[in-house]
Amino acid sequence: MTETTSTPRTYRDYAQPLWRRLLVSREGAVIAALVLVVVFAISFVPHFAQPITLTYLLLDITPILLIALPMTLIIITGEIDLSVASTMGLASVTLGVLHQAGMPIPLAGAIALVVGAAAGALNGFLITVVGLPSLAVTIGTLALYRGLAVGLLGTTAVTEFTEFWTDLAKSKIAGTSVPSVVVVILVLAIVFVALLHFTPFGRGIFAIGLSPETARFSGVKVERTKFILFVLSGLISALAGLYYTLRFSSARGDNATGYELQVIAAVLLGGVSIFGGRGSIVGPLGGVFLIGVLASALRLANVTSDVINIITGTLLVASVVATSFLAWFRTKRARPGKKTEILAVAKG
Amino acid sequence: MFGFTRKARVGAFAAIAVSVALVATGCAATGTDSGTDEGSGDANLSITFLPKNLGNAYFDTSDKGGADAIAEFGGTYAEVGPATGSPDGQVSYINTLTQQGVGAIALSANDPDALCDAVGEARDAGVKVVTFDADTNPDCRDLFINQAEADGIAKVEVDLIAEQIGDAGKIAILSATANATNQNAWIELMKADLAANHPNIELVDVVYGDDDDQTSFDKTAALLQTYPDLKGIISPTTVGIAAAARYLQTSEFKGKVFLTGLGTPNQMRDFVNDGTVTAFALWNPADLGYLAAYAAKALIEGTITGAEGDKFDAGKLGSYTVGKDGTVLLGDPFTFNKDNIADFNF
Amino acid sequence: MNSFTKGLRAFVTARETGILLALVIVIAAATIKNPTFLFSSDGFRDLLLTPSILLLLAVGQAIVIITRNVDLSVGSVLGLTAYLTGRLFIDVPGIPIIVVFLIGIVFGGLLGLINGALVAFAKVPALVITLGTLYAYRGINVVWTGSDRINSSDMPKEFLGLGTQSILFIPVLTIIAVVVLIVAAWYLRNRRAGRELYAIGSDPDAANLYGLKVTQRLLVAFVLSGALAGLAGVLYAARYGTVNSQAGTGFELQAVGAAVIGGVAIFGGSGSVWGAAIGAYLLLTINRALPILGVQDFWQRFVVGILIIGAIVLDRVLALRQAKRLTVARNI
Repeated sequence: MTETTSTPRTYRDYAQPLWRRLLVSREGAVIAALVLVVVFAISFVPHFAQPITLTYLLLDITPILLIALPMTLIIITGEIDLSVASTMGLASVTLGVLHQAGMPIPLAGAIALVVGAAAGALNGFLITVVGLPSLAVTIGTLALYRGLAVGLLGTTAVTEFTEFWTDLAKSKIAGTSVPSVVVVILVLAIVFVALLHFTPFGRGIFAIGLSPETARFSGVKVERTKFILFVLSGLISALAGLYYTLRFSSARGDNATGYELQVIAAVLLGGVSIFGGRGSIVGPLGGVFLIGVLASALRLANVTSDVINIITGTLLVASVVATSFLAWFRTKRARPGKKTEILAVAKG
Repeated sequence: MFGFTRKARVGAFAAIAVSVALVATGCAATGTDSGTDEGSGDANLSITFLPKNLGNAYFDTSDKGGADAIAEFGGTYAEVGPATGSPDGQVSYINTLTQQGVGAIALSANDPDALCDAVGEARDAGVKVVTFDADTNPDCRDLFINQAEADGIAKVEVDLIAEQIGDAGKIAILSATANATNQNAWIELMKADLAANHPNIELVDVVYGDDDDQTSFDKTAALLQTYPDLKGIISPTTVGIAAAARYLQTSEFKGKVFLTGLGTPNQMRDFVNDGTVTAFALWNPADLGYLAAYAAKALIEGTITGAEGDKFDAGKLGSYTVGKDGTVLLGDPFTFNKDNIADFNF
Repeated sequence: MNSFTKGLRAFVTARETGILLALVIVIAAATIKNPTFLFSSDGFRDLLLTPSILLLLAVGQAIVIITRNVDLSVGSVLGLTAYLTGRLFIDVPGIPIIVVFLIGIVFGGLLGLINGALVAFAKVPALVITLGTLYAYRGINVVWTGSDRINSSDMPKEFLGLGTQSILFIPVLTIIAVVVLIVAAWYLRNRRAGRELYAIGSDPDAANLYGLKVTQRLLVAFVLSGALAGLAGVLYAARYGTVNSQAGTGFELQAVGAAVIGGVAIFGGSGSVWGAAIGAYLLLTINRALPILGVQDFWQRFVVGILIIGAIVLDRVLALRQAKRLTVARNI
């Protein structure tokens, strides 16, 4: 081993201290915005600052929180899954039809979960084995699964469910106003954080998003990873569908129409890049909360819920445009103008 | 690298958890102050109307009747509702109204059972719940304002169509949403009436227009195409009959296929005057909303509790008594035709 | 092989011919079951009339998809324009019908311009932008509408008449839609600007390096999509007479489906508006044929889903075969 004769130099791991990096990061911005909105709502929106608000808020955003977890992973790999809401509806209808025919809810629910996983597997198969683009496939399965759900039940809703289960869906942790489903969400969130940030599987996900070919040559099983992610997405969408059905006591083919937009809006708002390769779980969860709190506060202020749609849509567009603009701005600052560079090369 | 060290990621996650906890404890602490400042002291006469869906002429009229009543006795009126007639859409609004602590909700239910939990929570929080036009499960709500007896409505519909098609032939029903309590009650009674009294009339299909204009329009077209020898259509929903009439007006079946149902005079006037529709029935939705508002007021003020035999005053409509199962009956259905349609404006 | 047989071969193997054949089969099956499907004046009219609105949306969508983008906001644009049409007739009494048409098209074009600007300048994937504008435009529509709706009595009879009249047995709305289709097809095939759209869709980077005005073409594509959706909104108001805040919900999915089924590849660069038009007709004719064939029309969305998946799988298989053939040809 050669010995260095010069004094060892120390380098920092990062150019900026942790607090600065956190503040400037997308996740930090979302959380800061969330805190701001909460404070604003507590101060100015009548009836907001009561325990029941938190209860309803969490009950409302649970399906979106659940689906945001696998969706984040899918978008990081550079794919997308537009069929999640239709899978929710399909699971909902499966539960309703089976229960109406006399099956007890736990069994019907289990079958609905299997149906969801199968739906995800079909997506995964078409994308990884047949090689179709995920946008096209999931637009097709969005129609397919929703069509199956509506075909099975028509526009009737099954609304008689065993009270034990519908109460369980809405039950709260003893003594607080926090619904018990939060426990399920927390557990799943921890699992996904661990999966994404602390395992080789998770690192493979980032690698695929940055460059599938490089990832493949580095030994990441690209197709298998994507397939697993889509199955997970289908499974968790089915779980969200079960929860939705039991919470509203209503299994209907049209349930949860449009939820995929809410999930994607929240995930992109939370800093996950639509081009893949960047993101975390925390940001999207913050995004879901942000949109949820906004919606709750606006509803209480008697603003029509469609203003919330306008805000969600605008936030979605603004967040990606802002990211794109910032990236462009950074490259403009880092190098001299493109023209000058080319001229320099040509002359030199 | 991946943008974050492990420390930072865990730290950020902790930040979210902490802010959630803060909000939770903060809410719990201030929970006792807000939300219940009315209810004690003088009565909270804020009544919100929650129809099956917004953008529906029938509910515009009924809710306006409610608004007039509320203006008379000095309460506060509000109207909210989902854009489409689905049960889960209404649950969100009921939840919000519970949070806001309104005095009463006047509700036309999209489903008899699905709303019960949300309505139960509202009643637990001290909100009175009055259903009108379409009921929930009787155990869930305080009162039901019924526009007319269900079998009376069914009978008048069947009689009208039988008269127009000569008591023989095929008919179909264009309904609203598949779960609507009132629709299903009327359809069952119509089937019973047909079976008992009109053996030569055959009901070939029941289709659902979802109380959406375009859907009802397209479903009418599909009906006429699938059953070319159809003689009559009953549409016991104001949106459905208006859409069906509009389709018939420009089709070759005008005058050959008879249409009746429940419609508002203003929407149907053109069609009656040019012969597309001969006669249809309804009651006065404005009166229905008016009565619902007064009933809610009586409940809030404690004048009645919803038990059978309770009496309350309903402004210009006079005095009403609560009947069986907490139902208040408005009156009888009324038949509109060419001779009298000019006299009404709703 | 002379040019006639070559042309014939191209016609027979064209994707569009396959879809046309499928359409003919569906109509034949339904007519055999129930002759009034085709052979009654109402049946024939409705067969041609109902899909004409979707045709416009599908043509616009095809133009955008060819450039390797997608426009999910067309349903909301349609709804907004339909409501605007009604409002114009109510608030500006005596307004000429042609002016309403023009305003509707320009309004739709402006909404499309917003999409196009964000996609072309901010370089954000069209999926995300149009997802956001789908939400935003629909929200604006609902807030503007409130709990009102436009009734047929609010609009002049001549305008509503457009929705049901026919010239020589062909409905007026269908004529309008077909004229637009022919113009669009000619533009894409014969004009430089049109053909460049295919180049941009096949390989955006190459197109850029080659010097094509990519930004300009993208803007035009989205403006066209929006303008066609605007026109479709005006026609919707004429056809249905009643407009509420939910008008046009879900149409974007049908438009994309029609284009994809009609042979427009989702990854851009190939397909034609003829295919998208036939796809639109196929989708809605299946909708009407299902109840006649004894299938509850609830299953229509399911059938659409199967068709879309089938179409993209077919596209993929054909593309793989094509690539193999090219590789073989290159290696000889």
